[in-house]
Amino acid sequence: MSDVAERVKKIVVEHLGVDEAKVTENASFIDDLGADSLDTVELVMAFEEEFQCEIPDDAAEKILTVKDAIEFINANAK
Amino acid sequence: MFDLTGKTALVTGASGGIGGAVARALHARGAAVVLSGTRRDALDALAADLGSRAWAVPCNLSDADAVNALVGEAESAAGTGLDILVNNAGLTRDGLAMRMKDEEWSAVLDVNLTAAFRLSRAAMKGMMKRRWGRIISITSIVGVTGNPGQANYAASKAGLIGMSKSLAGEVAPRGITVNCVAPGFITSAMTDALSDDQKSRLLGAIPAGAMGTGDDIAAAVVYLASMEAGYVTGQTLHVNGGMAMI
Repeated sequence: MSDVAERVKKIVVEHLGVDEAKVTENASFIDDLGADSLDTVELVMAFEEEFQCEIPDDAAEKILTVKDAIEFINANAK
Repeated sequence: MFDLTGKTALVTGASGGIGGAVARALHARGAAVVLSGTRRDALDALAADLGSRAWAVPCNLSDADAVNALVGEAESAAGTGLDILVNNAGLTRDGLAMRMKDEEWSAVLDVNLTAAFRLSRAAMKGMMKRRWGRIISITSIVGVTGNPGQANYAASKAGLIGMSKSLAGEVAPRGITVNCVAPGFITSAMTDALSDDQKSRLLGAIPAGAMGTGDDIAAAVVYLASMEAGYVTGQTLHVNGGMAMI
C-alpha cells in the first residue's frame, strides 16, 4: 500500500512539477495541483506504465485525486 | 535545414503516387520510413528501392482493428517510437449525391477520415511522452472549395482539416504539430481516371498552367515534418499552382 502511494506521488511530482508536500492523498489533480485535462491523460499513461496495468477510459475519468489513483492501482495492478 | 535524421515516419497510401513521393522525400532527408498501403508488392518494391531504413507494413484502412494496430506494428518494424505520421491514404467513390449509396459515402469517410483519426489517436500517445511529433494529413483543395460529384470525398477532406485544427490545439503544449497539405490537381492514378475533357478544363483553371506532381506535395510534407516548422500548427498548406488562393 505505502509503496504504491509513494510511487504514485513520485509520478505526480515529476509530471506536474509540484511541491511534494502538496501531493496529499486528497489533493485533486486539477483543482489543487494545477493539472489541465492533457496532464490528467498523461498521468494515467504514466500510471499504466509504472504499474503495468491498463486503465480503461471510464475508470480513468473517475481518477480525480491522488487517493483515487492509489485505490485503483491497489485494486487492479498485478 | 529540414534534416530528419533519427526520426521515424509512417506513411499510409505509400503504394500510391503522392504517398510514394512523400516516403521517398522523407527518406532522402534521413528519416526511417514505414510504408503502409494495401498493395504489398508495390510497398515491398518501394522498400527494396529505398534500401535501409524502410519497411513495408500493409494495412487495410477500412478495418478498424487493423488500423488501431498499425502504429504499434510500425513501431515494432522500425524498432523505435513514431515521430511523424503522414495520413495520405485516400479513395474516391464519385457520383452525384442524389445517386450516391450509403456504402459509397461510408467507404470514403472510413478510409479518408476515420482511419486518419484512429492513427492520429494511436500515434499521439508516444509523441506526448517524447514531447515531439508531427501529424500531417493530405487533404485536398476540394475539401475547401467543394466539388460536384464528390460530396463524400470533399466531406472527408474538409473533415481532416477540422480534425487537424482540433488536435493541434489539444497537443500543442507537448511539442506536437498537426497540419494538412492540400494538393490541387496532381498527376496520380486518381487524376488519370479523369477524362481528357475534364483535364483540359481543369488546366485552364490553374494559373501555373500545369498539373502538380507528387514531389510538389512531398516538399510541403518535408517542411511540415521538420524541426524548423515547429511553430506551424493547425494549418493547411495549399499546393495547387494558384488554382485556389485561400
